[in-house]
Amino acid sequence: MIATLMFYLLGAVALGATVMAIIQRNPVYSVIYLVKSIFSLALIFYLLGAPMIAALQIIVYAGAIMVLFLFVIMMLEVTPTNAATRTAPGWFHWGPVLLLALTLVALTLMLIGLDPVSSEGVPRWHASPRDFGYTLFKEYALAVKIISFQLSFAAVGAFHVGMTERRRARQEDAS
Amino acid sequence: MIVPMEHLLILATLLFALGLGCVLVRRNLIMILIGVEIMINSAGLVLVGASAFWQQVDGQIMVLILMAITAAEVAIGLALVVYLHQQKKSIDVGIFDEMRG
Repeated sequence: MIATLMFYLLGAVALGATVMAIIQRNPVYSVIYLVKSIFSLALIFYLLGAPMIAALQIIVYAGAIMVLFLFVIMMLEVTPTNAATRTAPGWFHWGPVLLLALTLVALTLMLIGLDPVSSEGVPRWHASPRDFGYTLFKEYALAVKIISFQLSFAAVGAFHVGMTERRRARQEDAS
Repeated sequence: MIVPMEHLLILATLLFALGLGCVLVRRNLIMILIGVEIMINSAGLVLVGASAFWQQVDGQIMVLILMAITAAEVAIGLALVVYLHQQKKSIDVGIFDEMRG
């Protein structure tokens, strides 16, 4: 049963990437490891019959949220708390990255070649994007509206927090 | 269901514990937000697993709602981090101690 084996391998990759993300001193490395963890979680979602959620996990989490983290980290120019890790040998830096990346690539290639029909000949249950969309916009239409309200509130809130300093300076100039 | 539900719950629990440890141990505000992200990811894993276990789409809808909530939380949280960095020129949580009694 190849899908079961892939689940455990992907779970190991996700745990390893998360551990590396936590123990990194530099937040940029941490975010990159977290992207790797998110990718392996997306593959797990695909294996569990959620292709739409897998795609959204990569697009929203890795594509939007993690890039937002990277923007803020690079905008703040926070120096890492200690840069004295150069004494460690080279494989200490490259080993985990290479191991996790190669495992992830190999598992992705296996997933592409995987038969959608399970070995017993019974089609494995999965929610197609069509089912997903019907359920989302029929049964959960109110939730979609609430979520859109909440996202616009978040945008207004972030705008307010970000604009406070400049607005205060402008008011001091005017007075 | 390709794996027993218990194994999936164990994986999600381990991820949640790692995220919680990241929140509790690290003193960098951005790392704390990353820990929250890890915990939310593990919650999403449980929801997708439940969706596969009962073969209902509802769990996946919950994951979509969870993603939207995460996006809102990260937008506000990172705006606050930028604001605090403007105030104190640092994002170490030990700096922000004016409210101690």
